[in-house]
Amino acid sequence: MKHEHFLDVNELSVEFQTRNGIVKALEKVSIHVDKGEVLGIVGESGSGKSVTAYTIIGLLDRAGLVTNGKTAFDGMLLSGAKEALLSDLRGREISMIFQNPRAALNPIRSVGKQIEDVLLRHVQASRYNVRKKAIDMLDQVKIVDSKRRYWSYPFELSGGMCQRVMIAIALACNPRLLIADEPTTGLDVTTQKATMDLIQELTRNRNMSVILITHDLGMASAYCDRLVVMQKGKIVESAPVVKIFSEPQHSYTKKLIAASPGPKSQLADLIDTTDEMSEADIEQLDKPMQQFSQKKSATPNILEVSNLVKEFTVRDSSRFRLPWSGKISSHQTFRAVDDISFSLKRGESLGLVGESGCGKSTTSSILTRLLDPTSGDVIFDGENITSYSSVQFAQIPQRAKIQMVFQDPTDSLNPRYTAKDTISEPLKQLLFIKKREALNERVIKLAKMVGLPENLLTRFPHQLSGGQKARVGIARAIAVEPLLLILDEPTSALDVSVQAVVLQLLNKLKRDLGMSYIFVSHDLNVVRLLCERVMVMNRGKIVETGMADDVLRNPQKDYTRNLVSSIPHFEPGKKVA
Amino acid sequence: MLQAVPSIFGVIVISFVLTRALPGDPAVYFAGAMADKESIEQVRQALGLDRSWVEQFFIYVGNLAQGDWGQSLKTGQPVTEELLKRLPASLELTFIGLGLAVLAAVPLGILAATNPGSWVDHICRLLVTAGVSLPTFFTGLFLIYIFYYLLGWSPSPLGRLNILYLSPSHVTGFYIIDSLIAGDLEIFLGALAQLILPTITLGLFALAPIARMTRGAMLGALSSDYVRTARANGLSKSMILLTYAFRNASLPVLTTLGMVFSFLLGANVLVEKVFSWPGIGSFAIEALIASDYAAVQGFVLSMALLFITVNLTIDVILAITDPRVGLEE
Amino acid sequence: MSENLVTVVSFSLFLFIVFLGLFGEFLAPYDPLATAASNTLRPPSWTHPFGTDNLGRDVLSRVIVATRLDLSIALSAVALSFVIGSALGSVAGFWGGWWDRIIGRFSDTIMAFPLFVLAMGIVAALGNTVENIVYATAIINLPFYIRVSRAETSVRREAGYVAAARLCGISEIRILATQVFPNTLPPMMVQISLNMGWAILNAAGLSFIGLGVRAPDAEWGIMVAEGATYIVSGEWWLALFPGAALMIAVFCFNLLGDGLRDLVDPQRRT
Repeated sequence: MKHEHFLDVNELSVEFQTRNGIVKALEKVSIHVDKGEVLGIVGESGSGKSVTAYTIIGLLDRAGLVTNGKTAFDGMLLSGAKEALLSDLRGREISMIFQNPRAALNPIRSVGKQIEDVLLRHVQASRYNVRKKAIDMLDQVKIVDSKRRYWSYPFELSGGMCQRVMIAIALACNPRLLIADEPTTGLDVTTQKATMDLIQELTRNRNMSVILITHDLGMASAYCDRLVVMQKGKIVESAPVVKIFSEPQHSYTKKLIAASPGPKSQLADLIDTTDEMSEADIEQLDKPMQQFSQKKSATPNILEVSNLVKEFTVRDSSRFRLPWSGKISSHQTFRAVDDISFSLKRGESLGLVGESGCGKSTTSSILTRLLDPTSGDVIFDGENITSYSSVQFAQIPQRAKIQMVFQDPTDSLNPRYTAKDTISEPLKQLLFIKKREALNERVIKLAKMVGLPENLLTRFPHQLSGGQKARVGIARAIAVEPLLLILDEPTSALDVSVQAVVLQLLNKLKRDLGMSYIFVSHDLNVVRLLCERVMVMNRGKIVETGMADDVLRNPQKDYTRNLVSSIPHFEPGKKVA
Repeated sequence: MLQAVPSIFGVIVISFVLTRALPGDPAVYFAGAMADKESIEQVRQALGLDRSWVEQFFIYVGNLAQGDWGQSLKTGQPVTEELLKRLPASLELTFIGLGLAVLAAVPLGILAATNPGSWVDHICRLLVTAGVSLPTFFTGLFLIYIFYYLLGWSPSPLGRLNILYLSPSHVTGFYIIDSLIAGDLEIFLGALAQLILPTITLGLFALAPIARMTRGAMLGALSSDYVRTARANGLSKSMILLTYAFRNASLPVLTTLGMVFSFLLGANVLVEKVFSWPGIGSFAIEALIASDYAAVQGFVLSMALLFITVNLTIDVILAITDPRVGLEE
Repeated sequence: MSENLVTVVSFSLFLFIVFLGLFGEFLAPYDPLATAASNTLRPPSWTHPFGTDNLGRDVLSRVIVATRLDLSIALSAVALSFVIGSALGSVAGFWGGWWDRIIGRFSDTIMAFPLFVLAMGIVAALGNTVENIVYATAIINLPFYIRVSRAETSVRREAGYVAAARLCGISEIRILATQVFPNTLPPMMVQISLNMGWAILNAAGLSFIGLGVRAPDAEWGIMVAEGATYIVSGEWWLALFPGAALMIAVFCFNLLGDGLRDLVDPQRRT
């Protein structure tokens, strides 16, 4: 046998038995990890990166079958080992942390007890000192007030805190290998960085080996020593981080790297020209709209927002109140949008960036007039549209002028409508086109504009891929020739390569149709590709506004600085520790 | 405890509406077929039928609160007295039936969920679908046919105790408990023998929904992220199964028990008829046939109150087990 | 046993039951009401495959003819509770707020009763007729429909395609009717199918204790009740065949419901 690695996975193949026959999930996957090394496994959804991890520690579900390959951990053969042995190793020698940390913790057991369970199972503590050890672990993962948090249940903790608890459980018995499966997906950028930094610190101190599974190349490059790129169950490339980024060998790796937006990449760089996108030939829309927008250019700003406020009443659920105990503010108001003002020029794109709960979605709902503001004005195309209620607004012609592209392409298409039905809906409702031929002609034209093959028009959403669904959503939004298009995280549910294609499409449409965009996103790197100007929001307020590149390169406010520095990305020439 | 108040209020409102929905003159109805003009007039006064709806409602609630649930026409006794006399017989049946069902269904559901696709799982699935399709009165009758007529193993399906025995002196009203208190083993065995078939009938009926829920909830818990975490940390099988999976799965099962109890109270009526069981179900059927409305209303109300109490108990247990449910004092 | 096979079998059984319900009177070998004093309590034979009852009536004919009455009671009850329940449920789920509180309270109040007991009370108050059995069964089923419809509507209320429809200026009520409601139908169909069986059982239970259907009309529940007296003396066929018919019908609807549920929601397979 050749040189022995700490973990050695040799030609692993896994098949899944599904209703539609056998699906090959892994094909001859070989990876190895050395002591103290951090290996990143990157790939898009369905590439088999999680299956690899599950197979290593023997957590493959019943439908999965290992058909080939061997796994050895520190010279010990894991494949074919008895469940009792594996169960002994798990948690003590090899640990795993998962995405969606709140669901990954037992909801009705206090977090302290859950740490104790592992300690007791692997005889790392006795009944007498187990609580002390558990609290000590909570301290190590930097949970403040650990003695009190010991008694907390997962639902009482934030997502980031739950992930720390999971790290505490995973590291409680000082294992030698940690497998982290998308550990920060679903967390905010700043929490993401804090969590990853914590994992890095703790595993380095213990000289542990780590396998980091992620779809985010930026994160992989920031925290890993070596990367393995997977595609459709196969490993396409494996090399040290610096090498993979400087001299990618495989075309898929190149595509993946190109598609991942960094702080300096340009939209045009994201994909090579051979992609399907370029074949979507974009035609000019009907002339009237162009003239319309030029005629009215007396008002340079398409949108002016002043002193916009939205308050929600929240019930004070922390205390139980008897109905007769007086009206001492049992209803509290919460300002989701707190007095914001900004303007948008014709044809301009503005990025609206912030973490979850910052008020960006509420703002976009008000701008699309689906939600009524508490106070403040929105002047759209020279008219104050907040003087109409959202119900009245639905009845006036301006309704067609503000449209929106939604976050989740699956959720935003009616499952009972074909692509064509979906695209025709606004045409019928807002432009009153009722004739079959006219409608058909428009839909086909729109499909062409967004690069949707005509033969897909009769399909239902479940028969379309994520990227195709996104195109249908975009076609619907531009069908009525809006002046302002609000993009609500239009790519966050898509794989990076699809994201790149969709971003380019949006850019092209903007250029050709002369629309203005408001791009709502949590990802500054994506926003700057499409927007000249960005606006950073936090707790309902605008923290910083400026040209996209300036804000990214030279943020003025602490909050923005923190946000920018939290985005993991590959920097050429970076020291890999 | 406050949660029960609107339920009780709602139950009383519906019960009030139902009494006033009686065809014709409620006074005539409550006075009974043999009543003369004078007694009808008396009833009208007592119910406040000559006053406004709101006043009538308050009189109604007042009467209920004072324990005046009207008189049974058939026996001439106060309805509350009649109900209390028969309640233990019905409760003995329902609770033992429920107990049997839980004892059989929960392990079955767990076994099926831990071995999906195995023969236990197939049996469980078959039992579950067949079980909810069985009319209780039908199961009861055929248990009688097999075990009484054909095999002769069980005593004649007439009541709580063979007429040869005297019922044990009243302490709790539950014969099997009272006979033990009295130290009379013979009566205890006699009462037990009478109980076997009807409780099995009820148990078979309640088994299906409980097993179904247990299986489903266990399957859900076993495929959950937190069980995966527990497995990834090498926790022992019994720990994963009991502390992690079953404790979580027991919450929806407990909630289902409330629903099952509601169905059982209905099935109880049918089973009592089949086995000539002298409980409140039989009493209600007789009252229904005789158009003895006060008795029927008392029956419906008392069953609803019993059901609310059971639900309240379940809520309290849930609040203790599940930290996510705030216990409102 | 393949699951498709089960669904196919239950669906054919369903068609057969519907066929009996529609054409039962033509298929029955004898007049279900014709008594024959010389031919009472005969066990099953070639001339009377299900035997005869205490009045000499042919049990087979009575079981066949009863299909229509049992099915129509259950069907009308389910239809009533589906229409009212899904209307109330979608309003509560879509608009929330006070609508939701009032409708929720209403359905909770019904659920506070043991349902069969409530049905007994309703029939007692409204009068002992077949129509009132239908109303009582419909009322006690109502909360289930409200609950499913409310839940299915409220998860879709915030869906992207609903917001997209709002952007098209479609009025709220039309959004509910054209975008949301049709998507709640599949889970509602499952509910209907599972509920049909229960409605049949309920109606049969009520007539078993002597409510609703009156002798000499043929109905499965009342036939079992009539046969019950003879069980202890060994004349099992009087109660067995109507009881078995009842059981098979309910079983068929339950299987169908399970099959539909798997089709509609592959994740929530049981």
